[in-house]
Amino acid sequence: MSKFLEVKNLSVSFPTEDGVVLAANDISYSVDLGETLAIVGESGSGKSVTNLAVMGLHNPQRTQITGQAFINLESGPVDVISAPTEVVRRMRGKTMSMIFQDPMSALHPYYSVGDQIAEAWGLYNSGSKRDGFARAKEMLDLVGIPDVDKRVNEFPHQFSGGMRQRVMIAMALVNNPSLLIADEPTTALDVTVQSQILQLLGGLQKEFNMAIILITHDLGVVAEVADRVCVMYGGRIVENASIDETFYNPLQPYTVGLLNSIPRVDKLGSHRLSAIPGQPPSLINLPRGCAFEPRCQFASSVAGNLCKTTNPNLDEKSTDHFARCHLSTTQLHQLLAKNESGAK
Amino acid sequence: MKGCDRLLKYISRRLLYTLVLMLIVSIAIYFIFDWLPIDPARLNCTKQCTPDIIEANRHRLGLDVSVMEQWWRFIQGLFHGRVYTQGAECPAPSFGYSFNRHECVTGILAEAFPITLSLALGAFIMWLSLGISLGVIAAKNKGKFLDKASSVFVLVGTSLPTFISGILIVLFVVLKFNIVNPLELGDWHNPFIDPVGWLKTFFFPCATLALAYAATYTRFTRSNVIETSSEDFIRTARAKGLSEKVILRKHTLRAALAPIVTIAGLDFAGLLGGAIITEGIFGLSGLGRLSVKAVTETYDLPIILSTTLLASAFVVVMNLIVDIAYAFIDPRVRQS
Ligand SMILES: Nc1ncnc2c1ncn2[C@@H]1O[C@H](COP(=O)(O)OP(=O)(O)OP(=O)(O)O)[C@@H](O)[C@H]1O
Ligand code: SF4
Ligand SMILES: [Mg+2]
Repeated sequence: MSKFLEVKNLSVSFPTEDGVVLAANDISYSVDLGETLAIVGESGSGKSVTNLAVMGLHNPQRTQITGQAFINLESGPVDVISAPTEVVRRMRGKTMSMIFQDPMSALHPYYSVGDQIAEAWGLYNSGSKRDGFARAKEMLDLVGIPDVDKRVNEFPHQFSGGMRQRVMIAMALVNNPSLLIADEPTTALDVTVQSQILQLLGGLQKEFNMAIILITHDLGVVAEVADRVCVMYGGRIVENASIDETFYNPLQPYTVGLLNSIPRVDKLGSHRLSAIPGQPPSLINLPRGCAFEPRCQFASSVAGNLCKTTNPNLDEKSTDHFARCHLSTTQLHQLLAKNESGAK
Repeated sequence: MKGCDRLLKYISRRLLYTLVLMLIVSIAIYFIFDWLPIDPARLNCTKQCTPDIIEANRHRLGLDVSVMEQWWRFIQGLFHGRVYTQGAECPAPSFGYSFNRHECVTGILAEAFPITLSLALGAFIMWLSLGISLGVIAAKNKGKFLDKASSVFVLVGTSLPTFISGILIVLFVVLKFNIVNPLELGDWHNPFIDPVGWLKTFFFPCATLALAYAATYTRFTRSNVIETSSEDFIRTARAKGLSEKVILRKHTLRAALAPIVTIAGLDFAGLLGGAIITEGIFGLSGLGRLSVKAVTETYDLPIILSTTLLASAFVVVMNLIVDIAYAFIDPRVRQS
């Protein structure tokens, strides 16, 4: 069975004056209807670039894209990477929708929120402007905005950050899309609003049986909502596993580092909170070896300087659990156990 | 309808503010001309000048009272008309009486203004349409041939002063190719009665002025469209599934052109006060030439005062119009 979205060997690069920026490098992942895939990674790891390519939102003149991204519609699969721009445009907003990182700047300052939602609705529905506004009110109500009769006519600057993100969600969902890409929908918001928005998305997903791709740099956010996790580093996927495997059996040192940098209730006591030291790699001229090597505490444990010379493949280390590391599962477990006892 | 209420309040507040500003400006103009080291009463006095004659002149010209009193009489004249000397009576609204031309200034202005308005309006329409469309085309073809071609236009337009482009146009288009009879160069034709004649007189002067302005507007539009195109809300519009045409028309231009309202309004207002060089080259008897003549040849104080006052009134009133227009365009202004 193929899943609703299947991204295969997707690479995105930008030719710049300093050289070619390889922002997404041989990315493959899939997500099905009703499922949530989390894409996690530091700033600059290529999360947005990858998914903007799926939406067809890169400037074709300044971007090179290879690979495929199939959307499996009832009428058959469509590869949105190679499909004509007009075909992809007609899928945007209806088949696939996206909400963006910064709700402050993602709405047009000169149009009322009702106007903007009605515009999205009008694109795929025939109806008067009044019908569009009625639908806008329905959506605003659905995403938990109070007093919609008044607020539908208000402008983005009259809404708080959390409320604007709700407006964005309302707009993205107005045509019942099958796939929703949420690019760090909560990063700009404070913690309580964050969890409200995530709960809202989860509820709407059940209601409409959507596939959701949740992009975030915070693994903590992922735990409550995701079914599967892709961890990205330096433009590549370094680990791809179910949520349980990711949290309880991480097989890649970078994922381990990410997990260590979030406070966890279940491992309280034995756990020290630590961020990963060092800088992410430059995406121009990637090193020959493992991109994480300069920051990896286990690189020296791999025989023959392999981490420096050879980039590890994304191997299936155990059933349906992919990781990119020269260490075998047992080796990593041994090293982790040693670390833990050292900490005590 | 609370938003409407707020808008009305905003407009009336701005109206009041404009009125006060106009009063201050007019008083200031009276004081400035009083300070100037030129005495009109002395200018009108030939070889056998005696203090008595000067005094009589001063009285005749209405300069023998305080500046504030002169100003007040002027304001009264505007509303009630005024008798200057025997036989020199001007009905309201009176801008004064020109003793040089033995005419009411209002009549003189009424003759010159349609010419200046024709020139300004024609040029305004030309440069806005040309500048904005070229700017949009350049932005959409950034880095390609059309963009480069438009940047040549911008360079020529901004570096060629109107006195050169105007003279070139007069020499070539008008004289060499004889499109307009040189003897009829500055003739006034009412556009509602004789549109073709009007066009013959005004097309080339308008084009001369428009050329200079269009270049600036091309550059401005281009950079604003490019900047707006990279805004997040444009990406949102694209993510909704809107076509590029709708995105440009409804989303990009709306945001990119809003700031143009301000400069376009003020540029237009500036021209309404008179385009001295262009009027001179094409022999148009508009407000610009009227002022120059009044200053350099006749030192006709009532005319100078009126044209100056008029020019500043255009700017002040246009400021008001621009502000109100902006409140309609930008909801963030409306609400604050
Ligand atoms: N148009 C572009 N031209 C050149 N480089 C780009 C372009 N867009 C993105 N990049 C680069 O690609 C890399 C990946 O960017 P991306 O936006 O995908 O990161 P991200 O994982 O979403 O990070 P964040 O958490 O900060 O959003 C970055 O180094 C960025 O500088
Ligand atoms: S391959 Fe080597 S450097 Fe890379 S993550 Fe594994 S151990 Fe670390
Ligand atoms: Mg991003």
